[in-house]
Amino acid sequence: MFRVELAKARRRWRTYLIAAALGGIPVLIVIAVKLSPPTPDASGDAPPFLLQIVRNGLFAPLTGLAVIQPFFLPLAAGLLSGDAIAGEAQGGTLRYLLVRPVSRARLVLAKYGSAMTLLGLFLLWVVCCGVLLGGVMFGLRPLPTLSGTTLGLGEALARILAAACYILLGVSGIVAIGLFVSTLTDSGPGATVATVILGIASEICDQIPSLRVIHPFLPTHGWLGFTDLFRFPVEWAGMRAGLLVSAAYTAVFLAGALVSFARRDVVS
Amino acid sequence: MTALLARGLTKRYGRTNVVDALDLSVERGELYGFLGPNGAGKTTTIRMALGLVHPTAGHVELLGERVAPGGGRAGLAHAGALIEEPAFYRFLSGRRNLEAFARAGSDRADVRRRLARIDEVLELVGLSDAAGVRVKAYSQGMRQRLGIALALLGDPDILILDEPTNGLDPAGMREVRQLLRRLADGGTTVFVSSHLLAEVEAMCDRVGVLSRGRLVAEGPPGRLRVGADRLRIEVDDRARALRALASIEGVEATVEGRVVRATLGGSATAAAVNAALVAAGVAVSALVPERESLEDVFLSLVEDGGVQG
Repeated sequence: MFRVELAKARRRWRTYLIAAALGGIPVLIVIAVKLSPPTPDASGDAPPFLLQIVRNGLFAPLTGLAVIQPFFLPLAAGLLSGDAIAGEAQGGTLRYLLVRPVSRARLVLAKYGSAMTLLGLFLLWVVCCGVLLGGVMFGLRPLPTLSGTTLGLGEALARILAAACYILLGVSGIVAIGLFVSTLTDSGPGATVATVILGIASEICDQIPSLRVIHPFLPTHGWLGFTDLFRFPVEWAGMRAGLLVSAAYTAVFLAGALVSFARRDVVS
Repeated sequence: MTALLARGLTKRYGRTNVVDALDLSVERGELYGFLGPNGAGKTTTIRMALGLVHPTAGHVELLGERVAPGGGRAGLAHAGALIEEPAFYRFLSGRRNLEAFARAGSDRADVRRRLARIDEVLELVGLSDAAGVRVKAYSQGMRQRLGIALALLGDPDILILDEPTNGLDPAGMREVRQLLRRLADGGTTVFVSSHLLAEVEAMCDRVGVLSRGRLVAEGPPGRLRVGADRLRIEVDDRARALRALASIEGVEATVEGRVVRATLGGSATAAAVNAALVAAGVAVSALVPERESLEDVFLSLVEDGGVQG
């Protein structure tokens, strides 16, 4: 079932549109930086790592990851997970899958697995685009850490991939929430929008100081923790907390999706 | 063995029973027509039989295996279904759709078997030439054919088809009817719902008529038996006949014009009615059992406002 899902994704324009949009971000950044190199004094609102790209192309994939994480990634996650069950219901194919027969639990898990796999591939794609274009335009050099030490090229690439993995695990909770929402409705776009809104609402709440009490429990709170991978030594505490929160959201909402889908009457 | 069995099957939505304590039994190899006006509960019954909708009460057995939305998929593996309209992944071709559904199963041998049958079923429904075209570009009739191909892909022991001739032209309808007849003659059980009387009359071995979630008549299409037998009785003294009939348990009699109509319930028989009338001194000039034709039954249902939603 999982493989069928990936095979379907491979034949959808949507998949390539998302890939193009996400891969386009580091490309756009590199080109923009190349055309008009940023000056340090105008750097107030620049995304993390942006200023360093001119000196080292390895910062391009990192900037790419940092830029897609707050908006484009939840968008892709919401699209893939929100549409997962609701989209099949809307198209009418859900009833034919279930009478094939495919167990409802297996369908939910396959959808979760394929959404996560696709998001992982998208992130890998962003890293590749960034490394490639960044390397071509500015060259790849050993990476200075936030603590002032330097990482060799191989080590730096490994850390960048680790950052991508952490970002993927960070969004896993949102994917589970999207899948849960997807079992509640027969409208794919509805479930997608609801999921994206929840993700962005979480990020907004994370910015409001008076909500400090709930910050550690927000699904997006630990997202920027991946920057700690570029310290020496690596600081694990923030990432550990972030992964724990993601795991908790994943467990709760995946279980919710399984239960709600099992109880549902499929009348679409 | 019974191919499809429903016992006390009930589905309540809000305050109405869309399907109401339905008992149904379809034998192996039978071509059973499930007839009813739109809104009678046919689709809900079919969805419960396929484990898509949870019954409020009662249960369904498919090929001897109990069907339940949470599990009970053993029977489903040997069933093929068309539920309301066919539905496909629009971005995939007809062939790739069949492949996707074939591969969705978890039993490897079964997946291989289905993949190997794709050409055969496409040929059977006349879609071999259009197999490579995206479903997006299919006409309604082509989608209907592909839906039937999908239902046949698993070489099912029972086919459950909801309005299979929808969207087909008359020639296509006849082809589908002939195909179903051939499958039934070959031993496949076919359960087919329709709101078209002529359609089920033309092909089915047995017909059940559903109205407001209840089976109101069932039998071979030629001589469909209504739930209870009725008698048309001609007598010299209708008032005295009514009094005499009132004394027999299970008989309800009314005067309709020049005749008395008696509905026989319970263990009442025409012979008992005749004996009671003679004993009361009524001269009986005619006592005729009345069987309503399928068309009578169906039309009376539709005219009674059986059509809802």
